[in-house]
Amino acid sequence: MSILLSEEFTFIVQGITGREAVNLTRECLDYGSRVVGGVTPGRKGREVHGVPVFDTVQQVADAVGYVPNGSVVTVPPAFTKDAVFEAIEAGIELIVIVTERIPRRDVAEMVELAGMRGARIIGPNCLGLIVPEVCKMGGIGGPAKDAAKAYAPGAIGVMSRSGGMTTEISSTLTAAGLGQSTAVSIGGDAIIGSTYAELMPLFEADEQTEAIVIYTEPGGRMEAQLAEWVKDNRSRLPIVAFMAGRFMDSEEMKGMSFGHAGTIVEGAEDTATEKIARLEGAGIPVVERIDEIPDAVKEKIGVTA
Amino acid sequence: MRFYEYESRRIVERAGIPVTRYGFCTTAEAAREVAAEIGGPVVIKSQVLTGGRMKAGGVKFADTPEEAAEHAAAILDLAINGHAPRGVLVDPKAEVAQEYYASVIWDGTVKRPMMLFSDMGGIDIEEVAASHPDHVGRGHLSNLLPVSDFHAKQVIARTGVTGSELTRATPILARLARLMRDCDMTLAEINPLARLDDGSFVALDAHMEMENEAKPRQKELLEELGIEAQDTREPYEPSDFERNVKAIDAADHRGVIQGKDHGFSGNLGLVIGAGGGSLTLTDAVRSQGGKPANYTEIGGNPSVAKACGLAKEVLRKDGVEKIAVMMSIVSNTRVDIVARGVIKACLELGRDPAETIAVFRIPGAWEEEGEKILRRYGVEYCDRSVSMWDAAGRAVAKIQEGT
Repeated sequence: MSILLSEEFTFIVQGITGREAVNLTRECLDYGSRVVGGVTPGRKGREVHGVPVFDTVQQVADAVGYVPNGSVVTVPPAFTKDAVFEAIEAGIELIVIVTERIPRRDVAEMVELAGMRGARIIGPNCLGLIVPEVCKMGGIGGPAKDAAKAYAPGAIGVMSRSGGMTTEISSTLTAAGLGQSTAVSIGGDAIIGSTYAELMPLFEADEQTEAIVIYTEPGGRMEAQLAEWVKDNRSRLPIVAFMAGRFMDSEEMKGMSFGHAGTIVEGAEDTATEKIARLEGAGIPVVERIDEIPDAVKEKIGVTA
Repeated sequence: MRFYEYESRRIVERAGIPVTRYGFCTTAEAAREVAAEIGGPVVIKSQVLTGGRMKAGGVKFADTPEEAAEHAAAILDLAINGHAPRGVLVDPKAEVAQEYYASVIWDGTVKRPMMLFSDMGGIDIEEVAASHPDHVGRGHLSNLLPVSDFHAKQVIARTGVTGSELTRATPILARLARLMRDCDMTLAEINPLARLDDGSFVALDAHMEMENEAKPRQKELLEELGIEAQDTREPYEPSDFERNVKAIDAADHRGVIQGKDHGFSGNLGLVIGAGGGSLTLTDAVRSQGGKPANYTEIGGNPSVAKACGLAKEVLRKDGVEKIAVMMSIVSNTRVDIVARGVIKACLELGRDPAETIAVFRIPGAWEEEGEKILRRYGVEYCDRSVSMWDAAGRAVAKIQEGT
């Protein structure tokens, strides 16, 4: 099993005729994902790597005879909210938002509507998610042959605020003989559709998953939220965390953001030091090196290295 | 982006929140005129983008226009925390009966705006929340429904405020909430919000911060305030390195490069990426005793020219002896293109790539081609079997050998 995706999972790409979206569509098809349609207003009748393009999400649903399960949204920031609203109102249940630099107000509106309609958003500013050898939804891992190098099926759930580091961590796990159940690039913005704590119940319910690895950064309260969740819900899943951006705690870096928009430190709880203390307080070890992750996981799940 | 107090006051004023009749001045003479016009005791406040004005001597009271001019002259010359003031604000000294606190901020966990109100204004709200939690009211807003006055009323009533105080403060907090949403603020704060002797409420100070991502759609407001596009309000002046990297990035639409060197002054130049990878690698260099000369991010498959331009800027920095070219596994950015770029940079600056590039660790797309190019110039290539930590460690060891 896995979370969110399966072999039967179908999805569309909104903004499919954009340069990045064309590549992403090719990569997902090559990996075996079922991309059943694309949307770019005014481009109905075209094809992208054999995927038919429509003007509206509803047209895709009418053409294939069902509402696809998901949508990858890769349209410019000013148009993202409208595209996501369209997907939600068409009945799509899983929406991956790739676009960066979307104002928080728009993200919050999309997330609230998704909540009302029972849909889930991953991102924005993310690379999507992958269930190794089953389905890749988004640019995560890159071209199919590269994704196959980094990701292998297994028992570890991966969640990361950095798209690139999702692949780096998974590749490190794969090399150590630890495959992944599902790897999710959750996005680097201050407000995102699905936080660690919000995805935990899904991993918890997934029989295949035996442990969780997270990549974390300064900024926001997402790590504190996870620490609280772990304390409140006697989770069966051990978690290992990696914290990047420790250098941002130094005095001269105050008020600056690095890497992702969400790394801006807005409160005393947002710093790397504070987060490490909170995670460790909840029994989540925070390693200093990516290459320490596999042993830390093996120790937790009782596999000898 | 943070606004000056005089701009923040204009923002709350246009949202229908009363403010005192203030004047923004850039000369002592103008301050004298405004004080004369107000015709009574005034307060002169430094207009800087930093806190702690009062302590630093950036806020002074005057009884006469002459005194106001004197104080204005002194404050205009006074840098606070390294920030030169943009001007002074001359404000009538208000007859305050009580001070309150009102703000609307994002609650990232709940993913909704949150209103905060306290009847203990004028001081740091975090202090009040810790010492007198019953004097702080909180309440979340829907992102989709309009803000209704009752939302604000509930929050204020939670602090025990009632009577005409409650009915007069309610529309102010509701308007603040609407402006926070309409103007894409990440922080909309009035502290203190004052009740005057006649029972009316005015904003005596305001602090507004707008989300950078929303600036394009808030152009009208920014124009109205006279804020120019190049006025980015960074917490510090950009360095030559930062300016040059920005120019190189803007000259070519392919890929994205960023560079920062504020707070860095080491001998190891970093040509690194992507977002999370750069954070991880900067930590790895510092934790192993290395001294980064800068921070960079490469992403989105830049051209050879862009990678070359970035590497050159890093190499030209004072004190840089070697560069480390490192990224987390790439799937979009091409290894061979970055390799070409950094080698070109070395050659054009008359440096031997094998000597100059301490380590090259970028696994992923087009890595075989990248490795071939690097070998030709005697640069060792590290693939994914060399961890990010070990790659950073090798770079640090090489630069320490040389010194």
